[in-house]
Amino acid sequence: MIENRPFLAFLTHLVLILGVVIVVFPVYLAFVASTHGSGDFMRGLVPLLPGPHMIENYSFMLNEGISTAGAPPLSIMLLNSLVMAISIAVGKIIISILSAYAIVFFKFPFRLLAFWTIFITLMLPVEVRIIPTFKVVADLGMLNSYPGLIIPLIASATATFLFRQFFLTVPDELMEAARVDGAGPMKFFRDILLPLSRTNIAALFVILFIYGWVQYLWPLLVTTDSRYYTIVMGIKRLAATADAEPQWNFVMAAVILAMLPPVLVVILMQRLFVKGLVETEK
Amino acid sequence: MQAKRTVFPNKGLPYLLLVPQLAVTLIFFIWPALQAVKSSFEREDPFGFKTTFVWFENYRRLFIDPLYLSTVSKTAIFAVSVTALSMSLSLILAVAVNRVLRTNRLYTTLLVWPYAVAPVVVGILWWFMFNPTIGIAPYMLRAVGISWNHRVDGVDAMVLIIIAASWKQISYNFLFFVAGLQSVPQSLIEAAAIDGAGPFKRFWTIVFPLLAPTTFFLLIVNINYAMFDTFGIIDATTQGGPAQATNTLVYKVYTDGFIGLNIGSSSAQSVVLMIIVIALTAIQFRYVERRIQY
Repeated sequence: MIENRPFLAFLTHLVLILGVVIVVFPVYLAFVASTHGSGDFMRGLVPLLPGPHMIENYSFMLNEGISTAGAPPLSIMLLNSLVMAISIAVGKIIISILSAYAIVFFKFPFRLLAFWTIFITLMLPVEVRIIPTFKVVADLGMLNSYPGLIIPLIASATATFLFRQFFLTVPDELMEAARVDGAGPMKFFRDILLPLSRTNIAALFVILFIYGWVQYLWPLLVTTDSRYYTIVMGIKRLAATADAEPQWNFVMAAVILAMLPPVLVVILMQRLFVKGLVETEK
Repeated sequence: MQAKRTVFPNKGLPYLLLVPQLAVTLIFFIWPALQAVKSSFEREDPFGFKTTFVWFENYRRLFIDPLYLSTVSKTAIFAVSVTALSMSLSLILAVAVNRVLRTNRLYTTLLVWPYAVAPVVVGILWWFMFNPTIGIAPYMLRAVGISWNHRVDGVDAMVLIIIAASWKQISYNFLFFVAGLQSVPQSLIEAAAIDGAGPFKRFWTIVFPLLAPTTFFLLIVNINYAMFDTFGIIDATTQGGPAQATNTLVYKVYTDGFIGLNIGSSSAQSVVLMIIVIALTAIQFRYVERRIQY
């Protein structure tokens, strides 16, 4: 700090604390709601302090679910979300590291075309091409299946770019030395390039895991069988029980459970998360 | 395009390496996009028996449809408000975090995690807070004489989705502003301090102009976010209602296509959206190329 201004320092902390309150408060309310009994929401105002029903609400949602609302037990949905998020992250990393490797370390006809074909996916978010994509998946018989949930979301221009940028910074001498020593392209890739990319892969994994976890529209469209519901889309079904007021305590328990895994990933791997976020968007 | 000075001589291998990504891209991205373009020029009869080629009829109808035009302006209001609200809050928080030394990491951790909350979950959180019967926000607003009901009042509904969408985006903007602030040379700030510039003057005349590249980048990203990534928020809170007051372009593609089953119109809307994304991406990339290094 350049000069000592106690008032400004006070203001700074005030701003930050207010910011944290704004960010945390909605989630605090949801947590509080998830610890109360169903009757506590009839009195006209949400409770502001935690109640005594936390364990029973959570275990009820995890093990039984609300079948009248078409929601299976949350443990199944959590597992589906986990499978989907991890597969999307791993799949995206594998296919993009391979294609970035091909684009940077080889010269071949149509290299530019391949690059642009990948690049253009950046411009086609699921939301703008939902109906035809849905049709393709339906024609391939992939509705209500893990491949249907995962594969259409797996192509990623951003991951390919990140690896391409990184590969371009790898010194040419490294590859020349490997070739002099008789390493073929796959050996070079496996023994030199992959170990060098470790931090990039980890950072990307964090970002892509979150991307996969928060998917909503796509699972909503391709799953009608409750065995394949992911938790993020399942919540919506819980909350939208016809015209009746939802059972807030159960809905909020589901909300907390749905946020917990990706939020924990961000908090525990903050450094990788920041690196991944700032670098993929460059 | 850049490649290595020396490359591997293999002829077939690069194609093999590209196959997985290109296959997924062609089947699930390019082909559906072409289908969307194709069916935007067609009209299907109500029973789905035959489709006729109608040239630009779907587009013509779209652009004279007052409902669509009002959706365009609603989306613009929404995107601009979310961008302005969330970016200004994040900038204030980033500047504050940049001033503290010891508690820097703690505050950062407490501020960044909403990035990982799914949009639909964000929607439910705010929907709960603003629930007209039991929510805490309407209760407090009533105390100051404002009656809140986003189920019947279009303005209330719009405010609700703007707040929810901005809340989610704070963490993202915050991280980029912090990164931008850290790259402002300390020597410039110290020089200004020696010349007698106070903290606010230093911010407006040195730090803020130097942040321009970050700000511009975030502007594009935020508009993009508000237009395309807020489907979950809207679906969980207002579902486009009341009376279309919060129907954005993306949400309308979904409701017209999947619920209204009007494939022609929905496809035409998709194509319009693709053009918007392409324009935004192009602007973003032009900027990246020209990024000014201070």
